[in-house]
Amino acid sequence: MNTAISVEHLAYTYPGVDNTPGVTVFEDLNLRIEEGSFVAILGGNGCGKSTLAKHFNAILLPCGGKVWVYGMDTSDEDKRIAVRRSAGMVFQNPDNQIVANVVEEDVAFGPENLGIASPEIRRRVNQALTQVGMYEYREHAPHLLSGGQKQRVAIAGIIAMEPKCIVLDEPTAMLDPRGRREVMETVTRLNREKNITIVLITHHMDEAAKAQRVIVLNQGKIAADGTPEAVFSQVELLHGIGLASPDTVELCWELNQQGFALPLDSLDPEECAQILYNAVKI
Amino acid sequence: MAPFLEVKNLTHVYSAGTPFEHKALDNVSFYLERGEFVGVIGHTGSGKSTLMQHLNGLLKPDSGAVLLDGVDIWSDKKITRQARFRVGLVFQYPEYQLFEETVYKDIAFGPRNMGLPAEEIDRRVREAAGFVGISDAQLASSPFDLSGGQKRRAAIAGVIAMEPELLILDEPTAGLDPAGREDILANIDGYRRAKNATVMMVSHSMNDVARMADRLIVMNRARIAMDGTPREIFTLNHTQELMDMGLDIPELTRVFLRLRRMGLNVPVVYTMEQAVDAMTSLRGGTDHA
Amino acid sequence: MLKDITLGQYFPGNSPIHRLDPRTKLVLLVAYIVALFLAVSWVSYAVMLVFLISVIAVSGVPPKSFFKGMKPLVFILVFTGVLNLFFTRGETVLLEVGFIVITLEGLARAIMMLSRILMLVTGTFLLTYTTSPIALTDGLESLLSPLKKIRVPVHELSMMMCIALRFIPTLIEETDKIMSAQKARGADFESGKLMERVRALIPILVPLFISAFRRADELATAMECRCYQGGEGRTKMKLLHYKRRDFFAFGIGVVLVAVICVLRRFGL
Repeated sequence: MNTAISVEHLAYTYPGVDNTPGVTVFEDLNLRIEEGSFVAILGGNGCGKSTLAKHFNAILLPCGGKVWVYGMDTSDEDKRIAVRRSAGMVFQNPDNQIVANVVEEDVAFGPENLGIASPEIRRRVNQALTQVGMYEYREHAPHLLSGGQKQRVAIAGIIAMEPKCIVLDEPTAMLDPRGRREVMETVTRLNREKNITIVLITHHMDEAAKAQRVIVLNQGKIAADGTPEAVFSQVELLHGIGLASPDTVELCWELNQQGFALPLDSLDPEECAQILYNAVKI
Repeated sequence: MAPFLEVKNLTHVYSAGTPFEHKALDNVSFYLERGEFVGVIGHTGSGKSTLMQHLNGLLKPDSGAVLLDGVDIWSDKKITRQARFRVGLVFQYPEYQLFEETVYKDIAFGPRNMGLPAEEIDRRVREAAGFVGISDAQLASSPFDLSGGQKRRAAIAGVIAMEPELLILDEPTAGLDPAGREDILANIDGYRRAKNATVMMVSHSMNDVARMADRLIVMNRARIAMDGTPREIFTLNHTQELMDMGLDIPELTRVFLRLRRMGLNVPVVYTMEQAVDAMTSLRGGTDHA
Repeated sequence: MLKDITLGQYFPGNSPIHRLDPRTKLVLLVAYIVALFLAVSWVSYAVMLVFLISVIAVSGVPPKSFFKGMKPLVFILVFTGVLNLFFTRGETVLLEVGFIVITLEGLARAIMMLSRILMLVTGTFLLTYTTSPIALTDGLESLLSPLKKIRVPVHELSMMMCIALRFIPTLIEETDKIMSAQKARGADFESGKLMERVRALIPILVPLFISAFRRADELATAMECRCYQGGEGRTKMKLLHYKRRDFFAFGIGVVLVAVICVLRRFGL
């Protein structure tokens, strides 16, 4: 499999203001994300996950080490546009990333910046809006949409640039359950159907559980890395860094403290119920 | 005796008489008692926010009334202003309303507006800071130097310092990580216990609400759809209804509903403690058999 | 509530006026205003009025909306009317009470000035009512693009306008929210002396500015992420093309100005 993003010995320190010392986020971080995969990066507030995301499309540049995006060095100024074109980014606050006051104009913004010809932009905009299920809203004003709809417009704005990878930095943090479902469904579908690499930064366990791979960050270091089942079964480790596993796993773990011997890999209620059933049914 | 707070046939219509006319509250009635912890759930646009803003007189009902200790809060200008202070309202993302040079001054804004004497303001600021775990050093610093979670707690302290008898919070844990969520929920409950205050918490997180509240009000399409204890709400017959309203039910409740369908005799649970208890007693039962 | 304020509200539609190229509409508005200032007689005013009413009729914009938009201008209108009414000297005195003298000439002049302002504002409203803000910005950018040669940052200006239009509703909503939140903490914006009222705005303005800066910062990052590098090498999804109806409209504009000029020539 090809590598989409590769982080080698990344070091990063936010510069200090007025002689105050800077804040070091990463000292030596190594990470590789495969093309076409769906990776969740999980961590508490201030663990460095957003800083990492900003390295993936050259918004921040490493102080030491390298970040490679599809073989391109993000520090290389000539490659910057190519990097941003391959790895698009969706941010937390949907209001602050929508530029135009008509949905379709906003989706066109990226392709317009790339200097693409008008008929091709039109084709891409229509396609992107269809893919996120917002085509019928193409002439609406963004500020009248719901949070989930706005975030889907933001995603369409990225897809219209036809990136190979989308990095989403806590895209659901400001949404209600319905909005969160809409965004998660859109993202999983893009990964499955378009084979777009997805890097989802989140602190919601249930969202991370939908990924193929979960990377847990704590204080700028990788605390756990593996399939959701493998990561969430490390309940003590997660508690130690202020996180929790999904409730289904937590319940099994709590019961194990009471003398049960249950496996810790049930990520959905059905599975969990089956495990509990087997444990008490003789 | 009149109940602490009574909402009587409350109706509110936005942009009445225009094509955008929209009924946000439709004949809503309920009581609140002192010391209750009430969770309010409902998806965006169900009328929750409009309801909240009626309880402290920010919005005036189109018809119906809000009564505090039996007195209509709109009966007199003075009473309306008092209601502002007796009912504290914490909006969503309250940290975006911080504005003073120091955390201390910001928390003191409410008490100062109440016209309290200086010593009383000082006492209240320090006590409120204590409730949310803000240190003396942090009180002296700028609110903009605090971390996200601390800012949120400082903003909540700004409302707590008015010592409201009813504390209403809209999504107090939105955007926080699990550790930050726990902190805030514990702070709120601490205040309720210390002052025998009523707490009304609006939240999308069924897990939080089910765990903290002893009563749930479910809003749907401008009306109260359900009102009862979590145990009454999360019963088998209600779960489908909740899901139809676009609401989630707690994961653990789902697990136990599934177990019941599989033929196990377990109660409907909604907290970790209950779930563990249910399972251990079940095992105890089978051991003896 | 602040939410009720509308700024150059656009009424989506599909009338021939809506479908005109925004540049055509901008040029026509300029021609219309020139004609309005060239008009000196009742006859030419009547011609202008007929023109205006027929364009409104074609556009399908409800006439009521023009009156609504006029509300903030009432003061200026009254002021202009009174000024012209009282301070125009003339021979035919209609009314004389103390030092107040109203003449026929004054009355005529006041009515004329008022009609001029009303027709000017109505014409401008018609443009904003029938043209989406984004089309308007595009049109302006295109019309002004020759100025790029003398280093006027035309693209940047139109981008700024576009972003301002996008964020005005968001910021208005935010102001509402902050006001409610501070009111919930007992802030009082309605009573007190002038200084107290000004001071009462601080709890709104500080959070509002901080939030606006945060938004600006995040938006800049998001735009960079979407490969924005200024106007250079940028294309447009919607290209502006003059169509037959645009030339037809230009024709009408020329005729209008010509008619007014001829009338003026004959002292009408």
